[in-house]
This record gives sequence, structure tokens and C-alpha cells, in this order.
Amino acid sequence: MLKLKNLHVSVDNTEILKGIDLTVKPGEVHAIMGPNGSGKSTLASVLAGREEYEITDGEILYSGSDLTELDAETRAREGIFLAFQYPVEIPGVSNTYFLRSALNAIRNHRGLPPLDAMDFLELVKEKAKLVKLDEGLLKRPVNEGFSGGEKKRNEIFHMAVLEPRLAILDETDSGLDIDALRIVAEGVNALRSADRSFVLITHYQRLLNYIVPDYVHVLKDGKIVLSGGRELALQLEEKGYDWLEKEPAAAAV
Amino acid sequence: MSTATTAATFAEGLSAGIGAIEGESETILALRLEGSRAVTATGVPTPKQEAWRFTNLKALAATPHEPAGPGTADITPWRISDSHRLVFVNGRYAAELSAVGGLPDGVTITPLAAALGAGSERASFALGKGINLADHPFAALNTANFVDGAFVHLGRGAIVEKPIHLLFVAVGGERPTWSAPRTVISADPTSEASIVEHYVGTGGRTLTVPVTEFHLAPGAVVRHVRLQEESREAQHIAFQSSRQGRDSRLFSIALNVGAALARTDIDAELGAPGAHASLDGLYLVEDDQHTDSHLQVRHAAPHCTSHELYKGILDGSSRAVFNGRIIVDPGAQQTDAIQSNRNLLLSAGALVNSNPQLEILADDVRCTHGSTVGRLDEEAVFYLRSRGIGRATAESLLTYAFAAEIVQQIPVTEIRERMERHLVERLPQGELAREAF
Ligand SMILES: Nc1ncnc2c1ncn2[C@@H]1O[C@H](COP(=O)(O)OP(=O)(O)OP(=O)(O)O)[C@@H](O)[C@H]1O
Ligand SMILES: [Mg+2]
Repeated sequence: MLKLKNLHVSVDNTEILKGIDLTVKPGEVHAIMGPNGSGKSTLASVLAGREEYEITDGEILYSGSDLTELDAETRAREGIFLAFQYPVEIPGVSNTYFLRSALNAIRNHRGLPPLDAMDFLELVKEKAKLVKLDEGLLKRPVNEGFSGGEKKRNEIFHMAVLEPRLAILDETDSGLDIDALRIVAEGVNALRSADRSFVLITHYQRLLNYIVPDYVHVLKDGKIVLSGGRELALQLEEKGYDWLEKEPAAAAV
Repeated sequence: MSTATTAATFAEGLSAGIGAIEGESETILALRLEGSRAVTATGVPTPKQEAWRFTNLKALAATPHEPAGPGTADITPWRISDSHRLVFVNGRYAAELSAVGGLPDGVTITPLAAALGAGSERASFALGKGINLADHPFAALNTANFVDGAFVHLGRGAIVEKPIHLLFVAVGGERPTWSAPRTVISADPTSEASIVEHYVGTGGRTLTVPVTEFHLAPGAVVRHVRLQEESREAQHIAFQSSRQGRDSRLFSIALNVGAALARTDIDAELGAPGAHASLDGLYLVEDDQHTDSHLQVRHAAPHCTSHELYKGILDGSSRAVFNGRIIVDPGAQQTDAIQSNRNLLLSAGALVNSNPQLEILADDVRCTHGSTVGRLDEEAVFYLRSRGIGRATAESLLTYAFAAEIVQQIPVTEIRERMERHLVERLPQGELAREAF
């Protein structure tokens, strides 16, 4: 599904990702943890196609071909989805209309006819129920005036409607109370399937109680310094990231 | 109308004389003389004058303009189906194109020349009231020279359901021409109406110098849309004045789309407690269009509210000027005034001069003002693209959304749709963006 080889990324001539190797196979869930500023969002943005990041070395393969050739919209149409750490407010554009344009752009790319208004409405209602999104938020402008939790839930709602093949969730759990977290996790779990993969960026092990990852990686200063199974998340939560420096040997799995 | 000799430049022609309407009162005649004196004294403004710093009329001043003669036009594209309609071609009433009927009792919608010619005291009394001719040379020019325009009188408690459509068509010829339509709206207590003031053109180097006045008695409610969509060779220099009584409400939207150069001065006074004025605007300019909106809102009494939101979308090497001034007189306590000017630049060559000002001479007031000039939010564009929406569509959607805040307020459906069409035409994926609203 996704293969990063020795990926180096700079922004404004500052190197942020310093050689990342990562393989995500279909159906897998990978968690990426790491201290603030370690480059987690940068990695997510590069995968989504944000243009201000420069790939200085290495490669990104998606389904076997070079992802960097594609612009952001084409990546989305090819099945990549990024749930933003800070979802953007789009004044004046209704959530429903926005999603419909997005879905139809994706369908068009795949040679499918646009979904008509009735079918779309049904789909939207079903998915809104899945993530317990207040239907009032469907008519409102995208994210405008949404609470922090509503914005995060809206991201998962978009994901549920667009049904990506590779979903990258950048701290979707941050700032959620436990009920909201459970709802988000249920949304993700409902979408888990043999041909869909997830990359979860998080600071908290508690998300991983609900979404059980296949792998956990620790990103530090632009490099993956440690990879392991789900138990690694527990150790990290208990001992903090400093532990990696103090006892590198003990931390190695 | 006076005839300037063709050799004279526009500037020289200013003092050529005054117009007159047969049967008009001595009061009007005196006003015309005052207008003529004022415009002769000031001449065509230059950028040395603060109010004209960013709008240069040098080319206009140097170009001879003849008074526009009678003409006719096919008005099909501009018609509003269900309305009371007065049509003026080159500032002259076109009876065969107009249609007014089934008016409620106490309502008059008539050509101004007919009203003044028949000795209407109401029209004569209202005309020019509160307009400072010395400060506004083009209002003075219009006052000296107008030959016709619209006169709308709403009697006490009268409610006009259909929109009143005042359509001004500028029909150009080979040589530059000018006209000066005058419109007087007089609303008696608790009357209500929606008025569309609509400027269009068939092409040619036309100059239109309209003056429109609103006189709102206590409790009157007027919704007003001013759509300027003249041809691209045209010049348009307009003046709008409003005087409001107690608890009256004026909702006015100025839409500027056409003309090579458009300048609109709006002078609004809230003269009695409880009056409210909304003065909103949207300008849409591209290529080398120039648009200039000058607003002055005077709070002359306590407990009045004013709300101004002007938005602009600029493309090409177009230029927009916004100058908004709120004046709160001493004693106008509990004033609530908001003014905001927001500009969206779609190209690197477009330019905005925005200058909001406050002059507050009372202490218990709430006034805010601000202006922004910016490009489309790249974060927002990326967000849309990351969900599969193409760049052109994303940009069109966001631009459309920016304008929608004003467009959606337009109270007359067909005018709203015309504005939507203008937007769609100017956006690469406009049709798609339109579906969103
Ligand atoms: N556009 C940019 N310009 C300059 N520096 C940037 C830019 N984007 C990211 N950085 C820097 O790159 C580093 C990594 O940032 P990134 O947002 O990827 O971290 P993160 O791991 O997601 O942190 P957090 O846990 O706080 O979300 C930081 O030092 C940040 O300041
Ligand atoms: Mg981050």
C-alpha cells in the first residue's frame, strides 16, 4: 500500500524529516507517536501532497508507484485521506455541498457517475449516524463555529463518506473527551477492512485501547527511532520520550 | 439640457449653463443655479483633493462630452418580470419601455420631470434636501443639469409588494456623451418598498452622473439595491444621499460590476433616534477596471445603528478604492456603528486602497471598523484539494463563498441571479461553485 524509503523532507531549507523508512501493508493500522515538533504532521502533510514541503531524498511509493508525481487532489481521488490536526474553517461553503463535490470528484476519477442528490443524502445521513454527528452540522459552513470536538468528528465523518484506501489521522484524538474518543474510534473500526490501511498519529495510548494498532513507531527529530507492537505505546506513556534517550538499549525491542 | 460646444473639454463644459424642466418651481431653478455655481467653482476634481486622491479624472476632464440625446434600447436582458418599471434612456424617460400599474393607494411612481412639471410640491420640497453641493461637484453638476429621473412617493402606511425597478440605460454613440439622471424617493411614515436602481449600457463612451436621494419619514422601511453593470467603456460617477427619521430603516446594497471607472459617493444621515441604515456593497472588477466607493455615515441622533459591509473581488490589474467614514455627533449617545471592508485579490496586479475612518464626538458609543486585503486562504484551498476537489474548483468555491455573504442578502431574486451570473462568468469553475449555494 505505502512504502517510504529513506525519506528526507525540508521546508524553507530546514530539514525536518531525516530519512524515514516505513512500510504499511493493506489492512494494517500503524500508530506514530513522538514528541512535539518531531515531524509527525510534516510526514502526514507530505503524504497528502502539501506543496511547500520539498522532498530532498528518498521516495514514496503508493500502490507501487511514485506518489510524488501526483498533486493533492489526485492523491485524494486515488484514495489517500488526511484528517487534519487543525481542520480548516471554510466560511460560506456548506459541509454537505463540500462533501458532495469531493465525493463526485473522486467518483469521476474512478469512472463512476456522480451520485444524485437523493442517494447522496441517504449516504450522508447513514454516515453521520455512524459518527454521531449532529445533523445540524451538515448544513453549516464547513467547520465554521464548530467546537474542537465537532471538528474532529467531522473529519471522521468525511472519511466515512469518502471511504479512502489509506487514511492518515493526525491527532484526531487530541482534545476529545472519552465519549467523543470512543465515537471516533468506533468510526475508524467500522471502516477497518482487509484492503484499507490507517496511519494514526497520536500522543496518547488511550486511543490505542480502542483502535488496536498492528505497529507503533516513535518519531523523534525527523527519524523513526523505535518500532514495535502495541505494548510499545504503553511503555512510552508510562516512561515518557526521555526514556528513549536514557535507556536506548532497554527500549530496543 | 445645456449644450456644450463640441470643441470644449468636459472640464470647460461644466459651466456651460443649466438645464430646466418646463414648469419646474423657482426653488428648483434656484437650486440649479447653486449647483452650477458650485461646480464652476470646483471644476473637475484632481487627485490633490483628499476625496479624489486615488481616482484620477484627468482623462475625463480633457475629453469633450456632449449631452446625450434621446435613444432607445432593447431592455429584454435587464427586465425584472414582476415589478413596477420606469425606464430611462440617456437620462430621459422612455414611456414605451416602462410599465407601472396596480399601485396601492397613496403611491406615486412617475418620471421626475412629470412631477416637477406638474408642480408637485412634494418633489420640489424634497429635491436636494441635505445635499452639500459645495463638497460634491458631481452632485452639483447633476443638480444644475438633470432633465429627468424617477420620483417615488410612498404615502403614509403604503406598502408596495412588487419591487420598483428603475432602469437607466446609457446608449453611447460615436462620440463621448454624458447624462445626469435624478431620482427622489420620498417615504412617508411607516411605508415600505423595495427599490432596484439599475444602471446598464449598450456600449460606447458614456458618462453617467446620477444622483439618488432617500427621504425616510418615521417608521419607513426601504430596501434598496443599486446594481451598476454598465458597459466596459462607460464611466459612472454617482452620488447617493439618505436622510432618515425616527425608527426608519434603510437597507441598501451597492453592487458594482461594470464600467471602466465607477465612483459612488454615499452620504447617509441618521437624524432621529432609532433609525437604522445598512449600507453594504460588493464590487467585482477585473482587467483595468477602477472602482471607488466613498461612504459617509453621520450619526446625528442617539440610539441609531449603522452597519456597513463592503466586499471586493479584484482580478487583472484592477483597482479598488474604499473610503468609509463614520461620524458620531456630540450627543449621539448609544450609537452602534460597524464598518468593514474586505478585499480578495485574485491576481498579483490588482490593488486596493482602503481607508476606514471614525470621528467620534460622543462618549457612550460602540463603533468598530476595519479593513482587510488578502488572497484566497491557501490553507483552505489545500483542505478542499486534500478531499479530492480540484484547484480551480476549490478557488472558485472559496471566491464564490466570499461574495455570497453579500449576494445572498439581495432582496430581489432576479437581481440576485444576475449577480450570481456575473460571479460565475468570472470564475474558472463558476458554474460548479454556484451549485453550492
Ligand atoms: N511550514 C513550515 N515552516 C517552517 N517550519 C516548519 C513548517 N512546518 C513544520 N515546521 C517545523 O518542523 C518541525 C516539525 O513540525 P511538525 O508539525 O511536523 O511536528 P509534530 O510532530 O506534528 O508536532 P506536534 O506534536 O506538536 O503536532 C517543527 O519544528 C516545526 O516548527
Ligand atoms: Mg502535529
